[in-house]
Amino acid sequence: MDTFLQQLVNGLTAGSVYAVVALGYTMVYGIIQLINFAHGEVVMIGAMVAFTIINLLVPTGLPPFAIVLIGTGCAVPVCMLVGYSVERLAYRPLRHAPRLAPLITAIGVSIILQHLALMVWSRNVLAFPQIIKSQTYFIGGAGITTVQIAILAICLTLMAGLAILVYRTPLGTAMRATAQNAQVAGLMGIDVNRVIAITFVIGASLGAVAGVLFGTYYGIAQYTMGSVLGLKAFSAAVLGGIGNIPGAMLGGVLLGLVEALGAGYIGDFSDLCQWGVPLQACEGGGHFILMGSNYQDVFAFIVLILVLVIRPQGLLGERVGDRS
Amino acid sequence: MKKLQVGITLIAAAVAAAFTLVGCGQSGSGSGTEVKIGHVGPLTGGIAHLGKDNENGARLAVEEANAAKIKIDGKEIKFVFVPEDDQADPKVGTTVAQKMVDAKVAGVVGHLNSGTSIPASPIYNQAGIPVISGSATNPKLTEQGFKTQFRVVGRDDQQGPAIASYLATNNKPKVVAVIDDATAYGEGIANEVEKTLKAAKINVLPREKGTDKTTDWKAILTKLRGRNPDAVFYGGMDATGGPLMKQGRELGIKAVFAFGDGACTDEMAKLAGEAAEGLLCSQAGLPPQAASKAFLDAYKKKFNSDPILYSPFTYDAANMLIQAMQKANSTDPKKYLPELAKLDFSGATGKIAFDSKGDRKDAEMTIFTMKGGKIEPIAIIKSGKTQSYADFLKSAK
Repeated sequence: MDTFLQQLVNGLTAGSVYAVVALGYTMVYGIIQLINFAHGEVVMIGAMVAFTIINLLVPTGLPPFAIVLIGTGCAVPVCMLVGYSVERLAYRPLRHAPRLAPLITAIGVSIILQHLALMVWSRNVLAFPQIIKSQTYFIGGAGITTVQIAILAICLTLMAGLAILVYRTPLGTAMRATAQNAQVAGLMGIDVNRVIAITFVIGASLGAVAGVLFGTYYGIAQYTMGSVLGLKAFSAAVLGGIGNIPGAMLGGVLLGLVEALGAGYIGDFSDLCQWGVPLQACEGGGHFILMGSNYQDVFAFIVLILVLVIRPQGLLGERVGDRS
Repeated sequence: MKKLQVGITLIAAAVAAAFTLVGCGQSGSGSGTEVKIGHVGPLTGGIAHLGKDNENGARLAVEEANAAKIKIDGKEIKFVFVPEDDQADPKVGTTVAQKMVDAKVAGVVGHLNSGTSIPASPIYNQAGIPVISGSATNPKLTEQGFKTQFRVVGRDDQQGPAIASYLATNNKPKVVAVIDDATAYGEGIANEVEKTLKAAKINVLPREKGTDKTTDWKAILTKLRGRNPDAVFYGGMDATGGPLMKQGRELGIKAVFAFGDGACTDEMAKLAGEAAEGLLCSQAGLPPQAASKAFLDAYKKKFNSDPILYSPFTYDAANMLIQAMQKANSTDPKKYLPELAKLDFSGATGKIAFDSKGDRKDAEMTIFTMKGGKIEPIAIIKSGKTQSYADFLKSAK
């Protein structure tokens, strides 16, 4: 039982980071139907900038939380700038081009950002300074660290904040109007270009925070980290229904949980000996495991495919009138 | 339009003139013959620091050989160092191997990983180019029967049993969990560890696997925590092993963590922080600190840093190629290959001679532990006998 609880804690933590990154994909898709493949790289740049600042500040002897806060405080504006420039330089000129063109541009931007980061931060795996003494609390046999609690709290706050912004403010109304029909929104006096730019900037700032969280949680950052994280977050967005904000949150958390439970149980589940199959390997308490924990990603994506086969629009579906 | 054409003609003329000048320059000082020595290892990706260290070792040997103005067959030889990046990727490894063959290198030091060395080895073999790895430890590499393949480092089936028997006799675990990163290296060493532990009547849990890019080990570690292992062995590199150990301690796993040579670096202390204290790990051969003083000083002087892991071995590998060429009095791979196979060499890592497969005869294994953020040798295992590191240094002097 404590193992199961622990897997839930693991899955929730990883899943809430996926969810915050997935929001960046889903917001941009919702408003201009573009899959911004460069978003994973924005997350990576967030982690890298924070890494640099934190490393600079560690010798000053400031309290650890202040250092991490300043690091995040620097990463967010940098990522906002990156997000804005990418939209302004790479996507806006192509807004009325066929849909494949911006998609290819997005992949190009992603590669460019990755290599810029390679030039600035080198190709090494950077070890995040472990300044926050991670205390583990045990609740019902499941350990949860201070960092995990912080991640869960920050992600929840970000998601709630975004929901309020989109559904309760004039800016949010403008975003939703633009998503519904950019032309009509423009006729109503909404500055569509500005709204789209703001959407990119908000997505990028969420990505920056997610990058810092990822870095402090796993203790590492590397210029390639954005691609895997981005792919997973994108899948989470699709799982929840791309273009749908609550969908991205749900998709992220679900993907994290499925991964954790998959890795934790798929080996035991596919152990033929446990099912009483008479095999030579089973004699004397042996095991014959069909799919080990190395299949955890496969398992996660099988779940994804199954969901999409049954519900192609994703779990919560893209409610056209509501996307932003 | 006419102006433009004149301009182009002028540029063409200038370029042609420049080429002629360069051409003259080359033939003017051309008393030396150029011989290419290649090095292949990952210079990008998670273990680029190890690749660079390997490259530095070979580069140092080549530069020293140039400074010594070696004469072969009456001609002064200028060795040209050709470094390539295989990204630790088997596919890129074979492409780079073909590139080496096309560049007509006389010999190759590398590759770093077993996973890249094994698919590359038939390409070198077909071209008849000798290749010496200073770090690929998977037994399969030299079991393919290629006459051109050598290694100056021990094999996993020597290293695995060494760390496993050290673990079994010193820590006396009842239950051991074995994890690998699903690479040729990681699986190879994990298999050998499992075999040795089982032979010592120790209960080994069913194998868990990640990949060489895994960052989140928590699901696997949580599952293992439920089985209360006394020790955890991970076959993989430090970029994944560091996070693994850190997450293991965060989950409250109190077991001893043991690693193979891929995660036997000071990087572990940076990647896992305080959690890395007390880990056990093994390296085939002797620790870099135990390499000859001449090598350590030269490396430090040239690169302004200490060797990380296998650079003493790649240094020896490159020197062996050069010495074999001198013995054969030829830089033709066909002619110096037989000399290389029977060379009796003494270098930075001690005496080296190859057996019939191309493996190093009587390779030493070293066991390390993490203490105060640095890995420190604690024992040397040679021909099945364990000796504490302090005793070894005493007897070596």
